Amino acid sequence: MTQGAKPPLLRVNNIEVIYEHVILVLKGVSLEVPERGIVSLLGANGAGKSTTLKAISNLLHAERGEVTKGTIEFAGMRIDRMHPAQVVKQGVVQVMEGRRVFEHLTVEDNLLCGAYTRNDKKVRGDLNVVYRYFRRLEQRRQAKAGYISGGEQQMLAIGRALMSKPKIMLLDEPSMGLAPLLVEEIFNIIRSLNDQENVTVLLAEQNAAMALDFAQYAYVMENGRVVLDGEAAVISDNEDVREFYLGLTEIGKKSYRDVKHYKRRKRWLA
Amino acid sequence: MSETLLFALELTISGLLVGLMYSLVALGFVLIYKASGVFNFAQGDMTFLAALALASFVVKIPLWISLIVVLAIMLILAMAVERIVLKPLVARPPLVLFMATIGVAFFLQGLAQGIWGTQPRGLELGLADQTYDVAGMFISNMDILGAVVAGILLIALVWFFQKTKTGRALRAVSDDHEAALAVGIPLRKAWGITWAIAGIVAIVAGALWGSRVGVQASLALLALKALPVLIIGGIDSIPGAILGGLIIGAAENLAEGLIGPAVGGGIKNFFPYLLALIVLAVRPYGLFGREIIERV
Ligand SMILES: Nc1ncnc2c1ncn2[C@@H]1O[C@H](COP(=O)(O)OP(=O)(O)O)[C@@H](O)[C@H]1O
Ligand SMILES: [Mg+2]
Repeated sequence: MTQGAKPPLLRVNNIEVIYEHVILVLKGVSLEVPERGIVSLLGANGAGKSTTLKAISNLLHAERGEVTKGTIEFAGMRIDRMHPAQVVKQGVVQVMEGRRVFEHLTVEDNLLCGAYTRNDKKVRGDLNVVYRYFRRLEQRRQAKAGYISGGEQQMLAIGRALMSKPKIMLLDEPSMGLAPLLVEEIFNIIRSLNDQENVTVLLAEQNAAMALDFAQYAYVMENGRVVLDGEAAVISDNEDVREFYLGLTEIGKKSYRDVKHYKRRKRWLA
Repeated sequence: MSETLLFALELTISGLLVGLMYSLVALGFVLIYKASGVFNFAQGDMTFLAALALASFVVKIPLWISLIVVLAIMLILAMAVERIVLKPLVARPPLVLFMATIGVAFFLQGLAQGIWGTQPRGLELGLADQTYDVAGMFISNMDILGAVVAGILLIALVWFFQKTKTGRALRAVSDDHEAALAVGIPLRKAWGITWAIAGIVAIVAGALWGSRVGVQASLALLALKALPVLIIGGIDSIPGAILGGLIIGAAENLAEGLIGPAVGGGIKNFFPYLLALIVLAVRPYGLFGREIIERV
């Protein structure tokens, strides 16, 4: 793993997550995110990406899940026993899968809710910062969030998270259900947030092509484990990733693919 | 003005005044439903507990001190419910929470009667019952007091929910509590505040109703009176609770006064439910209840 001079901003250390006291979902996941980096977490549906992000934000309790082993450190501090609100206050905010805006609140009220943990006087001014990045939201500031478009909702969810003045943003599948052009627009904005607002990014995505293009480093998850990690460029060149996640393969026959898939999985896990 | 018209107007006004007090009881339900998705079966018993405590204190100590003591009791109760009932049941299905509130309801009723006894009491707020003649209509000062107090509380609550940071956060929790948690709104604090507000509503409703009809266990059945209000107004709408109460208050009074004599009276008791059934058939989520926003 990356061994720079500086310790990583976020370090997830061999965590295990169990739902409902019996369902073992994460089987020892470790990852690191360097300060100001963009790291992506790839994997098919059900691999455990969302569970990993929720473990970091300590949101599992609300779904009857629990981190039973391992530690999570942020800026050198243990955060795995903190209340979710405290985690946000430390500077770790999550944009949950499926946007999850407050549908019956206006766009502006949604943004103001994002600043709930703050007590400083700059909140109103920061609304304008969000509107500067997300021009479309400014025009819709008085609209109910349930009635704006899917792309606008995703922007609102990110803007709302930004209002907490985060050091790191955990983004869970921001591309889901959006047209490619819109995804590109949103990713470009995230990149400028990383650049100009110094927001570190951990991005969970099924859309591997997009995410590998965007991130510097990537982890690939399968079945509750990290099976591969490395510089994004190296991962993109990996034969298995090209075949299973990027769909770049010459083999057409599905049955044959499945057999091969099985063998390859075995090779990763070895 | 014709005699009947004047009579109808008088019925409407006194109905509206009483209706505001229905609104108040209904509002207790709405608040908790919005914040935690639970139909709080204990709201009626919270009202009874508050009224009984108030009735027993007010004969010994001044009214305003009694009110403060009862307020303290309701706040402690809110914290206890949050800690003992809601926290362990987080992320359970709504039906489980509903059952838990039934438990709370019986516990409260037992607790109140265990401490203060089961005999009915009067509740004197130090206001003699009087009726004024306003432009030929008879209006009771108790009705006016009740309406004014209920009106002030309702306005304060609407202001709180619409204009304050905490109120906004509570609305966010009612929309999506997991997302609220993810942006740093402490869920348990939000629930505690909501139950505390429901407790305050219970005190005001208990004091107003207790002083009208006396304080006995059947006061808890006022909750049943709130049901048609909730159906008409929509269980998740604050303006709905207010308007629903006004509609029921005026409608039942008019029905009783105008149709009642022709059919031998007693309409008031079932008319609200009849109205509720009609609304239920036409608009299942109430006249003002939120529509589920579904986008494609
Ligand atoms: N609340 C829950 N209770 C039980 N199992 C769950 C729960 N949430 C997710 N899972 C299971 O955990 C696994 C990983 O899910 P998730 O983290 O959502 O994956 P991803 O985000 O990569 O699609 C899946 O098999 C899923 O069925
Ligand atoms: Mg997911």
